[in-house]
Amino acid sequence: MTNLKGKNLISITDYTKDEYIQILDLAKEFEANPKQPLLGDKVVASIFFEPSTRTRLSFESAANMLEARVIGFSNPAATSLQKGESLHDTIQMVSSYSDIIVMRHPRDGAARYAAEVASVPVINAGDGANQHPTQCMLDLYSIRKTQGTLDNLNITMVGDLKYGRTVHSLVQAMCNFKATFHFVSPKELEMPESVKRHVQDAGLKYKEYTNLEDVIPFSDIIYMTRIQKERFSDPMEYEKVKDCYVLDAATLKGCKDNMRVLHPLPRVNEIAMDVDKTPYAYYFQQAQNGVYVRQALMAAILGVKQLKN
Amino acid sequence: MDNKKELIVSAIENGTVIDHIPADAVYRVASILELSLHDDEVIIGTNLMSKKLGKKGIIKIKNKYFKQNEIDKIAVAAPFATLIEIRDSQKVVKRSVEIPDVLHAIVKCINPNCITNVEDVPTKFTVIEKNPLKIHCHYCEKTQEPMLH
Ligand SMILES: [Zn+2]
Repeated sequence: MTNLKGKNLISITDYTKDEYIQILDLAKEFEANPKQPLLGDKVVASIFFEPSTRTRLSFESAANMLEARVIGFSNPAATSLQKGESLHDTIQMVSSYSDIIVMRHPRDGAARYAAEVASVPVINAGDGANQHPTQCMLDLYSIRKTQGTLDNLNITMVGDLKYGRTVHSLVQAMCNFKATFHFVSPKELEMPESVKRHVQDAGLKYKEYTNLEDVIPFSDIIYMTRIQKERFSDPMEYEKVKDCYVLDAATLKGCKDNMRVLHPLPRVNEIAMDVDKTPYAYYFQQAQNGVYVRQALMAAILGVKQLKN
Repeated sequence: MDNKKELIVSAIENGTVIDHIPADAVYRVASILELSLHDDEVIIGTNLMSKKLGKKGIIKIKNKYFKQNEIDKIAVAAPFATLIEIRDSQKVVKRSVEIPDVLHAIVKCINPNCITNVEDVPTKFTVIEKNPLKIHCHYCEKTQEPMLH
């Protein structure tokens, strides 16, 4: 019996493939029956050192559906951090008030450090450009739910593959499931060598494309990403690539019936509104799945739900 | 063998001589070994001529012997350094350095957004490859070549 009680979730490599699958199974139970009074005696600290309304509401909604009390902050400007309190001291204080900490922080590695300081388990809700493991888990959940399996799929990723930590983590995770990868990006935003090497080391295949139409006929999943302006030091470079991939309903002609479009949201213009009405759009349900996955994680880490083997 | 080195080595009765340090790494080695806290004689020589390294440095520490894990820390700055332990004016042991599997608070992370460069957090790296040295930050998870400061 796997037991995640008391275990941190900082990086997707912290959990084994089996542990992921068990969390996904548990999330499925919560999807069927989301309101359960399992955490009535628990306090969840939700501490956001930078704003991320979407992620914060998803975690807090998950905690509330399990009847946990939620404390925390979403705006560091209103806390003692502005007075120069160290992360170390803030985490010590928060862990004395709570049973589990959900933390978002602008610095890479902040969550790992917080977990070393805290006396209660920490779930990383994003540390700078480094990791966002619950996003990855809800992506896995959405892929499994729409495809009926995680194994042997054609996974296509589109857009900013260079800086997008979401796609890097997802590649790493999908390497456990014999995926074939298709990377569509402008030259400037290609998948980093380290990620491609990871695919090769797993004995799997990837192919790179610049043209989105090329991958439509065989993709099982098309994972779209936003090209973020703040990643570019040269605004001209951004202008050059910002509109290079726009997925619309016409582009999707000839795709497989089981194909689904995912996106970590918020979107800008990379998915046209006319895709929303097609059976292939899955990004809004994907976000909704995040609540069930986060319920499963909190319940397992707080030890109120055992994982089945 | 050159005379200057002979002189420095022979001048010590008990203690350690660290030889074959690249000239530009001498003060870094002194700092890694916290020699500023040693309250006996420390002699630091630098820009000495060496056939092997061009210019080299040498450090002599009186009445001090280092543990292997302390010695290994200097391998990042001085991979070809040798240590001579001297007892009663006799060279007793000669050792070379080896890069440890984990580097604790020896090098800085190259990622300016890493928590170790923002808060007062000691760095920690796992060594992925020793030659050329490639390390992985325990916090920000960036793989990198070490940045000596
Ligand atoms: Zn780092």
